[in-house]
Amino acid sequence: MRALLKRELNLALRAGSGALTGLLFFLAVITIFPFGIGPDLNALSRLAPAILWVGALLASLLGLERLFSQEREDGSLDLLVMQDHPLALSIFIKCLAHWLVTGLPLVLAVPLFGIMLNLSPIGIGAVMVTLLVGTPAITFIGAVGAAVTVSLPRGGLLIAILVLPLVIPVLIFGVSATNGALFDPDPFTSPFLILCALSLFTMVLGPLAASMMLRHSVE
Amino acid sequence: MKFEAKNISINRGARRIIQSVNFALNNGDALIVTGENGSGKSTLLRALAGFLPFAEGSLFFDLPEEGKDDPLIIREHIHYLGHQNGMKPALSVRENLEFWQGYSTASNSDEGLDGMSLIEALDFVELPHVLELPYGYLSTGMKRRVSIAKLLITEKPIWIVDEPTAGLDAKSSAMFTDLCKDHCANGGILIAATHLPLGIDGAKKLEVEQLYTFHGGGDLFDEPESGS
Repeated sequence: MRALLKRELNLALRAGSGALTGLLFFLAVITIFPFGIGPDLNALSRLAPAILWVGALLASLLGLERLFSQEREDGSLDLLVMQDHPLALSIFIKCLAHWLVTGLPLVLAVPLFGIMLNLSPIGIGAVMVTLLVGTPAITFIGAVGAAVTVSLPRGGLLIAILVLPLVIPVLIFGVSATNGALFDPDPFTSPFLILCALSLFTMVLGPLAASMMLRHSVE
Repeated sequence: MKFEAKNISINRGARRIIQSVNFALNNGDALIVTGENGSGKSTLLRALAGFLPFAEGSLFFDLPEEGKDDPLIIREHIHYLGHQNGMKPALSVRENLEFWQGYSTASNSDEGLDGMSLIEALDFVELPHVLELPYGYLSTGMKRRVSIAKLLITEKPIWIVDEPTAGLDAKSSAMFTDLCKDHCANGGILIAATHLPLGIDGAKKLEVEQLYTFHGGGDLFDEPESGS
């Protein structure tokens, strides 16, 4: 399993892996919002958590297509399925590696992008924490979508359509927890805990569902 | 060790691809599967490797130390070399091979199941100099030879190889034949689908017949007459 993690991280850091695409896309989305909303700084900082969350969500969906389709193209998928390791565990590791190279950079970029959206330091901290516990859920739900569309040549958009309805709860609770930290009457703890629960839940169910789909796809 | 197929039939969708195949292999046996393009050689091999369910029939496999007949368990003891090589072009040959070595022996490491070192295996396929090169830089034949080296770095008793010599020159094909002979001489089982004769003496032969003709406008879903 450590071999798999090492290989995935190695692959992601090599040229042409597209690990940075998500981050660049995130940057592009965040940059154009201030221009769209105009010079109203208050409006901007009120919307900032939602903008950051939507941007991060869309950016996380970008790279999912490659998660399994590349493995299928070069025949590695057959061999991954064949081993005596539980397939769900291998998928878990792959998702973890994927999150480390695509999800984690988004979280780390929030302080910089938050300033562009006039977000207060508390707000930046809140967005970072909620994204940190929320983005794994997006990756693990996305893995199911990636496994369903693995045999399709252009599955990227289909993944987004399949996965978006399922990640909406993550978005809702992520943004409401952030707002809870920023604005007084709103609660922070309960949406935050639900967000954690969503992540833990999908970490278990996502790889299991994806492994079933992949077993079918190698037939 | 025994690897036995009893009356295996395989469907692809509604279509019967393989009808009633029987064979029994013991230690050191080789089975060469031949047949026209599209006759179902690859399908049969994929089913034997555990990727496809059987429509009928069953597979028996027993190792001296553990008698199990569950396809989920059989799969661990099989090396499958398909049409694709299963290597990442962005990683070097060493990284690719180290990964497969580490990944496929991780759970058995205490039993000492591991095969040769990477260097030895690459020497065998006469490519010791490519160790640090990115896999994507290699030619088709060299890629194939590296993936043959993958069979050597972890030791598994059954090899299922699909067109193993595709893209190899005459010398490398002969090298692969020698490897197969060694494997069988050490008590391994080899199942190979191929058009070219591999030149393994005493190999059993299995001819896969095309069950459907794809021209003439006949009804494709007619049930074929069974025969083995």
